[in-house]
Amino acid sequence: MEGILNIILLGGMAVTAIAIAKMRNLFVVTMLSGIYSLLSAGIFVLLDAVDVAFTEAAVGAGITTVLFLSTLILVGREAKPRQFRMQAILPFLLVLAVGAGLIFASLDPNMPRFGDPNSPANQRLAPEFLADSVPQVGNEAPTRVGIPNIVTTTLASYRGYDTLGEVVVIFTAGIAVLILLGAARRRREDEELEGPETGAKPEPPKEDSRMADASKEAPGS
Amino acid sequence: MSMFAAAIIGVVVTMAMALLRALMGPTIYDRILAVNTFGTVTVLAISIFGFLMGRPEFLDIALIYALINFAGTIAVLKFLRYGDLGRASAEPDEDI
Repeated sequence: MEGILNIILLGGMAVTAIAIAKMRNLFVVTMLSGIYSLLSAGIFVLLDAVDVAFTEAAVGAGITTVLFLSTLILVGREAKPRQFRMQAILPFLLVLAVGAGLIFASLDPNMPRFGDPNSPANQRLAPEFLADSVPQVGNEAPTRVGIPNIVTTTLASYRGYDTLGEVVVIFTAGIAVLILLGAARRRREDEELEGPETGAKPEPPKEDSRMADASKEAPGS
Repeated sequence: MSMFAAAIIGVVVTMAMALLRALMGPTIYDRILAVNTFGTVTVLAISIFGFLMGRPEFLDIALIYALINFAGTIAVLKFLRYGDLGRASAEPDEDI
């Protein structure tokens, strides 16, 4: 059941990705990237990583759509038609060769199976994390972390400080961008109000005229 | 259990149809509706999958999904209507 769902979701992702690459209408591309993100969120749920899935849906389908749309306001909805160039053949062949080589390397019988619990990568830290997160069979005592989902345990407990640092960085960047954009917008509004009066322009409301007066008092701002 | 399995098959079929409509959809509104439907169906898929795996706590996640889906659709429609996302309340239009 889970395997079939995985195949369906991955197939949908592949179809969506090809469509995104082919489309020239950027608005449609934005819509399709939202679908792509929801599909990958579904895959994360299948992998039992609901936190990651939630982040993917919030950032990919929610925020990124809004960011793409605000970019489209500036650049227009249609992409320029791309013409075929002969120089593009060589990189394409190179990519095909490297991809085929990687797939060939993964077919080696000495490589551990995908998700193999006995593979060397899963030997050192994973058993300890599992023991701290998932209750042992026959032992109902609470575990050290006490969260039944292993992905949540790793993200929220073991990587808690890491996540906190990420949040601080993104919050600082967001505040800086808001300050910069807000300053630019205020200056533009002031200039518009100071500009030559045209007959068609409506009378500015009271607060705006006060703002214009304030900016006239401080020239060069 | 088989009831949940049947439900998730139905949801997956609906997902495929919404995806097709988003890919083909002649007008932009078809695609917007397809994306919105896709979000709703994802919410259903997550909650059904939670029950299928015996972990109904997925339901909380599904609820938050539903809220985010709503916000995205509002942003898209606002972009189409006003060509801008910045204005909190645009000036009233003549035809409304």
